[in-house]
Amino acid sequence: MTAHLIYAAAGLALVVLGAWSFLVHAPLLRKLVALNVMGAGVFHLLISVGYRGLDAPPDPVPHALVLTGIVVAVSATALAVAFGQRLEGSAGEQDRD
Amino acid sequence: MKRREAAITALVLVLSVVLAWAFWNAFSGPTGDRLAELTATRVPESGVTNPVTAVLLNFRAYDTLLELAVLLAAILGIWAVGKASPGFLPAGAVLRALVGLIVPLLIIAGGYMLWVGGHAPGGAFQAGALLGAAGVTLRLAGYPAAGLPPEALLRVTIGLGVLIFTLCGVALMALGYGFLTYPLDLAKWLILVIETAATLSIGATLAAAYLGGRADPTDSGDGVTR
Repeated sequence: MTAHLIYAAAGLALVVLGAWSFLVHAPLLRKLVALNVMGAGVFHLLISVGYRGLDAPPDPVPHALVLTGIVVAVSATALAVAFGQRLEGSAGEQDRD
Repeated sequence: MKRREAAITALVLVLSVVLAWAFWNAFSGPTGDRLAELTATRVPESGVTNPVTAVLLNFRAYDTLLELAVLLAAILGIWAVGKASPGFLPAGAVLRALVGLIVPLLIIAGGYMLWVGGHAPGGAFQAGALLGAAGVTLRLAGYPAAGLPPEALLRVTIGLGVLIFTLCGVALMALGYGFLTYPLDLAKWLILVIETAATLSIGATLAAAYLGGRADPTDSGDGVTR
C-alpha cells in the first residue's frame, strides 16, 4: 500500500539531490548530469502519482507524460552536450590566440 | 565558498519540504473525477485500446506534436553548433558479427513495439528509442554514419514526424473535423500512420544526436572508417 509513497519519496530525494548538485558544482558536465538526476526524480514522482491501487490500472496521463519526457530529456541532453563541446572548443581557440 | 554551499543546502531543504507538502496534498486530497476515470471511459472512442497510446496520439495529440517539434529543434541546434566528431576505430571481428546480429533484431523489435502500441505498452517513442539504439550500436562498431541515410534524405526523415502529424491535422480540418480530431472509423489508421512517421523521425533524431553534429559530407555514408 505504501510502495508508491516510497517510490515518490525516492523521486523527491532525487529531485533535491539533483537541484543541490546543480547549484553547488561549477563544471558544465556535472550540472548536466545533475539536471538529468533531477529529471529522473520528476519522472519517479509522476509515475507514483499515476498509481491507483493494486486493483485499478495506473493513470495513463502521467505515464504518457513520462514516456515523451524521457525522449525529450535525452535529446535536450544531447543538445546541451553539443553546446558544451562547442564552448570548450572556442575556449581552446582563445587560449591559443 | 563554504557559506554559499550552506545557503544552497538550506534553500534546497526548504524546496524539498515544499515539494513533499505539495505532493502529499495532491495524494491525500479529495478524489473527485480524476483524469484516469475520464480517460478510461473515453478510450473506446480513440481507435486504440492501450490507454497510454490513446492519451499520447489522440487526447493529447497536440502535446505529442509539440514534443516531436522539441526533438526537431534539438537536432537543429546540434547541427547548428558544429560537425560530427570523427568516427571510432572499426570494430573487431567478434563485435562486428554481434552488431550484424543485434541491429536487425533492434529494427524488428522496433517494428513490433510500434504495432503492439495499439493494445499494449509500446508505441512510437519506444520504437524510436530502439531504432536510435540501433544507430548508436552501429556507430560504436565504427560505422561513421551510424546507419543513417545521406544528408538530404536524413533531413526529410527527421522532419517526417512533425510533417505527417501536421498534415494529418490540417487535412482533418479541411474535412470539417477539428485539428487532430480523428473520426472514429479512421482513428486507428491515422494513429498508425502518424506513429510510423514519428518512429522513423525519433530513431533518426536520436542516432543523429549521438553523432553530435552534421555528418561530414566527404564520408561515403555506408563505409567503415579506415
